[in-house]
Amino acid sequence: MSRSDVLVDADWVQAHIDDPKVVIVEVDEDTSAYEKNHITNAVRIDWKRDLQDPVRRDFVDQAGFEKLLSGKGIANDDTVVLYGGNNNWFAAYAYWYFKLYGHRDVRLLDGGRKKWELDSRDLVEAVPTRAETQYTAQAQDTSIRAFRDDAVKAIGSLNLVDVRSPDEFSGKLLAPAHLPQEQSQRPGHIPTARNIPWSKSANDDGTFRSDDELKEIYETAGVDLSKDTVAYCRIGERSAHTWFVLHELLGQQNVKNYDGSWTEYGSLVGVPIELGAN
Amino acid sequence: MCGAKAGGPELAGVDVASETIIQGSLTRDGEPVSGYVRLLDGGGEFTAEVPTSATGQFRFFAAPGTWTLRALVPGSTVDRTVVAQRGSAADVAIAV
Repeated sequence: MSRSDVLVDADWVQAHIDDPKVVIVEVDEDTSAYEKNHITNAVRIDWKRDLQDPVRRDFVDQAGFEKLLSGKGIANDDTVVLYGGNNNWFAAYAYWYFKLYGHRDVRLLDGGRKKWELDSRDLVEAVPTRAETQYTAQAQDTSIRAFRDDAVKAIGSLNLVDVRSPDEFSGKLLAPAHLPQEQSQRPGHIPTARNIPWSKSANDDGTFRSDDELKEIYETAGVDLSKDTVAYCRIGERSAHTWFVLHELLGQQNVKNYDGSWTEYGSLVGVPIELGAN
Repeated sequence: MCGAKAGGPELAGVDVASETIIQGSLTRDGEPVSGYVRLLDGGGEFTAEVPTSATGQFRFFAAPGTWTLRALVPGSTVDRTVVAQRGSAADVAIAV
């Protein structure tokens, strides 16, 4: 798989903006951003309302995902291009989620909404209409999803990559600094985790660094890429961004995203926690 | 801005006493400007990033210490250093 199979630039999107088999999807941390404006013909997926079970802390099930994508007018053979704000955090989360349910052709817009805006490209208010489809999802591919027991078992054996900011890793902050500090019960990180913030893999404009630069970042940080890797952050969105880097850009097949992440691990009773920097 | 205080958004409803707040506004030629603001820690590492509001304002919940704010707008990047402390919001007006 090459980089262009999973990542497209703004010119590519501009050239396919009216292609009926390309569905542009905005997924933002700020779920109201789409209402202000969005890329022409883009539909919205709300990561809170559409992708989470309304009662339990978990994803919508296979039937729920089928219903969601059918309603959005996305067919199994469509190319889905995801983009969003905040350096594509939630677009990458949606990318991983689409792969979890087996969508064949998903791509990220490099740099997401931010680069599109900084380049002063057109954004519109018009909401497109797409005919409903009969989408068929696969069972969840748990080879790319880690659960809490996987995270505990990984201590001292697998690569644990904590992609939060250094201050969250060390225990100084409980959450990203644009959110009130009221998340897990305890600060810190999973013992033996390496702190490689997601942001090291992106340029200021949100685009991904080159493959060679990305490899160097992980190797310099002491991650043995031949071993299985579990990536985590606070709720699994930034670690989906790192999962995208490791699994999709660098082609490492043995990488899982732990979406329970620190809000789950940091509230578990009895598990080991470390404080301080690497 | 109709007499609004230069700097960040209103603090009504925010638990200022227990938070360490860094906030402010982006302006170009005195007018609010849309863009992004990144918060970098003492080591220059990315900590958070927010888009500015329609009135050019932004806010972070951080920890006490010295931080760098990096404003990103079309065609321009501006850095500002700010010292934050718990219990009072650090207000930073950034002209780009």
